[in-house]
Amino acid sequence: MESGIALQLGQTLLAVLAAPLLMGWVNACRAWLSNRRAPSLLMPYRQLRRLFHKDVVLANQASPLFRLAPYAIFACMVLAAGIVPTLMNDLPFSPAADAIALVGLFAMARMFQALAAMDVGTAFGTLGARREMLVAFLAEPALLMVFFTASLIARSTALPTIVDVFAHQQFAIYPSLAFAAVAFWMVSTAENARIPVDNPTTHLELTMIHEAMILEYSGRHLALIEWAVALKLFTYSALGIALFLPWGIAPVGHWPGLPLAVVMLALKLALGGFVLALLETLNAKMRLFRVPEFLGTAFLLAVLGMLVHFLLET
Amino acid sequence: MALALPLQLVNLLAATLLLIAFAMLSQRRIIGLITLFAWQGLALALSTTLVAVHTAQSHLLASAGLTLLLKVILLPWIFFRLVRRLNVERDVEPVINIPTTMLIGIVLVIFAFNLAQPISALAGTVTRSTLGIAMAVVLLSFLMMISRRQAIAQVIGFLAMENGLFFAATSATYGMPLVVELGIALDVLVGVFVLVIFFFQIRETFESLDLRHLEKLRER
Repeated sequence: MESGIALQLGQTLLAVLAAPLLMGWVNACRAWLSNRRAPSLLMPYRQLRRLFHKDVVLANQASPLFRLAPYAIFACMVLAAGIVPTLMNDLPFSPAADAIALVGLFAMARMFQALAAMDVGTAFGTLGARREMLVAFLAEPALLMVFFTASLIARSTALPTIVDVFAHQQFAIYPSLAFAAVAFWMVSTAENARIPVDNPTTHLELTMIHEAMILEYSGRHLALIEWAVALKLFTYSALGIALFLPWGIAPVGHWPGLPLAVVMLALKLALGGFVLALLETLNAKMRLFRVPEFLGTAFLLAVLGMLVHFLLET
Repeated sequence: MALALPLQLVNLLAATLLLIAFAMLSQRRIIGLITLFAWQGLALALSTTLVAVHTAQSHLLASAGLTLLLKVILLPWIFFRLVRRLNVERDVEPVINIPTTMLIGIVLVIFAFNLAQPISALAGTVTRSTLGIAMAVVLLSFLMMISRRQAIAQVIGFLAMENGLFFAATSATYGMPLVVELGIALDVLVGVFVLVIFFFQIRETFESLDLRHLEKLRER
């Protein structure tokens, strides 16, 4: 049990510390793919340090909620990162929170973000919050459907059980997961504010969604939010790995597999980050009014995955 | 899941066929539609090859080769040339908007799966569970033919429907006799040639390939 708790804390800490590195890797890949010189991989860490050293500038009308929100968002993301198995399949926290609770954690973070954005009362914050909610209420059911497809195969909503069924039992190809994987990619671009739903680097008022919500933040608050964004990307990547590429995650109590698991995780994250950057380079951001269609397609694909599961895999 | 690996791969390819059918429904651009059609043909040829190898049915190999030649190489090539010649590369607006079409598509898939269940229970082949997917592909392609106004999109829907029928034949009875396959392949080829001639005629008369123009009667 102690080793389990140590592993749990270790995995969470790894996610918190490695998340900015993944962000830096994605940014570097994007720079390479568009023929620019890449910034250092450690750039996100430097930015976080710089922001933590800066003073916070608060609007006069800002309520305590505005100051509380960054901590709440960051806490939600740390909890979410703790639920997803990355290295070993032994998570003492996992009976307390399954895949559905994970969706709830993301939703809570998003609610704080949207409330804080509307709190100061600037036009941009409200606009960003409303757009975010438009995207989120379509993305959430699709994400749940993806989890349901995996849960139907594994007969459990607990992520370690799902990983156990996919990675450590007899190998089988599940066609329904092909649908779920496409739907998951579509949802994760929406949830992480990446192209084609949102552009993480833009500050153009016509197109920005996530950036519009955090315009009023500065100093350590902004640093926490940026860190939470990186952590969310990391958690989503880890989720994608756990659901669709789980080979390499060590089974419960299999300590010799741990070094291999670390190497595999690093490789898979590097590959995933590169693919994300590649897709972002190849695609253009779509119009906001095309986003419901995009996410509706994701939802339908996830439903289709479930149907195919009933047809082919029972 | 006690299926052999080739059959699992066939199931995966069947799912890919369905996925591509949905992608075709949601595709607005004609070039993308042709590319998707080529991919669908490739998935079909691969799955037929796998079934042929697994069940040692040599005539299926021949029809897989025929599919590859005709539906992956020849027909897409003809369509690409046609699109460039006729200059119809811009977006096409469907009759029903795309999210609604997709919703109808889901309903069709549920219908097809339910319909196929008793039939596939009767079939004795190892690939019988994919029959539902084959019927879903047929219905989805039919929906695409109904929901598009553009002539080329309708013809691609027709050919995708033929893909679905071919897949249904493979999964329910290990394919039709080779003579029948050859006949169908020739029919498809000739059909496309005839339709291409029609395209040029329609284009010449109406300056467009939009079939709305055909709804109006007029004296010349």
